[in-house]
Amino acid sequence: MTMLAKDISLHLSGFDLLRNISLEVEAGKVTAIVGPNGAGKSSLLKVLTGDMTASKGDVYLNSRLLNQWPLLEKAQMLAVLPQHTLLNFSFTADEVVGLGRIPHQTGIVKDQEIIAEALELVDASYLQRRFYTQMSGGEKQRVQLARVLAQIWQSSALGDQFLVLDEPTSAFDLSHQKLTLDIVRQLANKGVGVVMVVHDLNLAARCADNLVVIDGGVIAAQGSPELVLTETLIDDVFKVKAVISEHPITKRPLVIT
Amino acid sequence: MRHFSSGRLIGILVILLPVVALFSLTVGTVSISWQDALGAVFGNASGTQINTILFDIRLPRILLAIFVGAVLASTGAVMQGLFRNPLADPSLIGVSSGASVGASIMIVTAGGAIQGGALVGLSLVSIGAFVGGFLATLLVYRLATSGMGTSVTTMLLAGIAIGALAGALNSLLSYFSDNDMLRQISLWQMGNLSGASWLKVSIMGVVAVLLMSLFPRDSKALNALLLGESEARHLGINVQWVKRRLIALTALGVGVCVAVAGLVGFVGLIMPHIIRLMIGPDHRWLIPASGLAGAVLLVIADSLARVVVIPAELPTGVLTAILGAPFFVVLLLQQRKDV
Repeated sequence: MTMLAKDISLHLSGFDLLRNISLEVEAGKVTAIVGPNGAGKSSLLKVLTGDMTASKGDVYLNSRLLNQWPLLEKAQMLAVLPQHTLLNFSFTADEVVGLGRIPHQTGIVKDQEIIAEALELVDASYLQRRFYTQMSGGEKQRVQLARVLAQIWQSSALGDQFLVLDEPTSAFDLSHQKLTLDIVRQLANKGVGVVMVVHDLNLAARCADNLVVIDGGVIAAQGSPELVLTETLIDDVFKVKAVISEHPITKRPLVIT
Repeated sequence: MRHFSSGRLIGILVILLPVVALFSLTVGTVSISWQDALGAVFGNASGTQINTILFDIRLPRILLAIFVGAVLASTGAVMQGLFRNPLADPSLIGVSSGASVGASIMIVTAGGAIQGGALVGLSLVSIGAFVGGFLATLLVYRLATSGMGTSVTTMLLAGIAIGALAGALNSLLSYFSDNDMLRQISLWQMGNLSGASWLKVSIMGVVAVLLMSLFPRDSKALNALLLGESEARHLGINVQWVKRRLIALTALGVGVCVAVAGLVGFVGLIMPHIIRLMIGPDHRWLIPASGLAGAVLLVIADSLARVVVIPAELPTGVLTAILGAPFFVVLLLQQRKDV
């Protein structure tokens, strides 16, 4: 099953934010979206997750129109991590992660278990009883990541699950960047379809099964990172001269600027 | 670290409320021993005069204080959650400012008719306040609602605009009032429970029970809303529906409160804040605990209002702030020490 955008366009206040974009996010695969600032990456995520309605075209979740899923059922299949979350009430970390269990009726014991496991997975067990409002940017982002992980912790009988991440690693140090990529890979292996916006091309090259390059509201290229990342494309899209090499260990493309 | 577990705080408040209510029965211009008070409540009458004071004056007044305090504090908690702003209070949706204009209009235009002109036992001022509050909330809600849903930010701004307009109308009405009307208007705006009757208690009681039984359904939705509206939607919450329901319930609750007791300030703003500092922002506990604490505060404030200037009485609303503000400051200082 898939999350599918069929020929979508988005016009807002006289601007064409997205034009004729078709995108298929497969379950069990990692799709990375890259592109310059203002290219329409976040708008695409908003349309894919139903935060915005496309001016033209349709979005499907597991072959049913996205807006025809009841909200609660949709929430059991699709978890979304926004770029910023403005939470200025003093929840503790485990309470924040617990919010991810709202769409489920698994009972408090099971939920507590999932919350503890999710926090441990993102290396945030030590934050459990700390106040969200007193955490550093990276700690907050890890707790939010744990929240969306807790939301799709168990597979759903309704259909395949999807996780949408908008720049999940922007506040992370090297080790937590790697941790995030490992988690994303684990989820994909479990059958979850992951879509993420990333800024670091090398990060994208390392984790993506499908790399989507967006420029000026249209898809400039998509496919496996090896095929997509070429010196001409980087020059065209980012206006930067780069050399494409190969990572000595992962054998993935390595962009050197 | 939080200083209280939510269960413990609610437990303490549940025990505290009947204790302060009983204490409140005993104080006033005529002191009544707590044995007599307890006896009267459980049916052993000890004298007609004491019975009259207890059942016709003090008991309705205490019950009114409990219901008004509970509704103001719990709607305050709901509004702060809905607006994701710990400084929000029920007046933000325009209900208090509208009610204030409604009451002033009645005092000024129907001046002479107020004492006599009671409609089914409710004064014209009460009815004016309720209608004014209802209309103002409707206006604020309409201004903030478009095809895209209700914008909380626009609602906040619309509430401020309507509040300013209402303030101006109030000043205008005060300007044209004579001394007696002016005194009535300003007393009404201080909030007062002295007009308690069994009719007011029954109406207020029904509203309080309705709110307290409906709010828990939306506690989890309010928790999710603290993350943001889009985040709440992704957690399966029908945000527009939740907003509409909570605003309607708050307008009803606060509208009836101001109709029976005038503008009792402070309880709706600070009580949820105090409780949040003690047990955290989880609305499943915050709403009931705020309601109980608001009831306790208003009963204590009203008891003091009756005794500090015997044989006269102070308006209750004056005392809620005098009592609550220092407590709040202590909590803030304590929190600053912890950080």
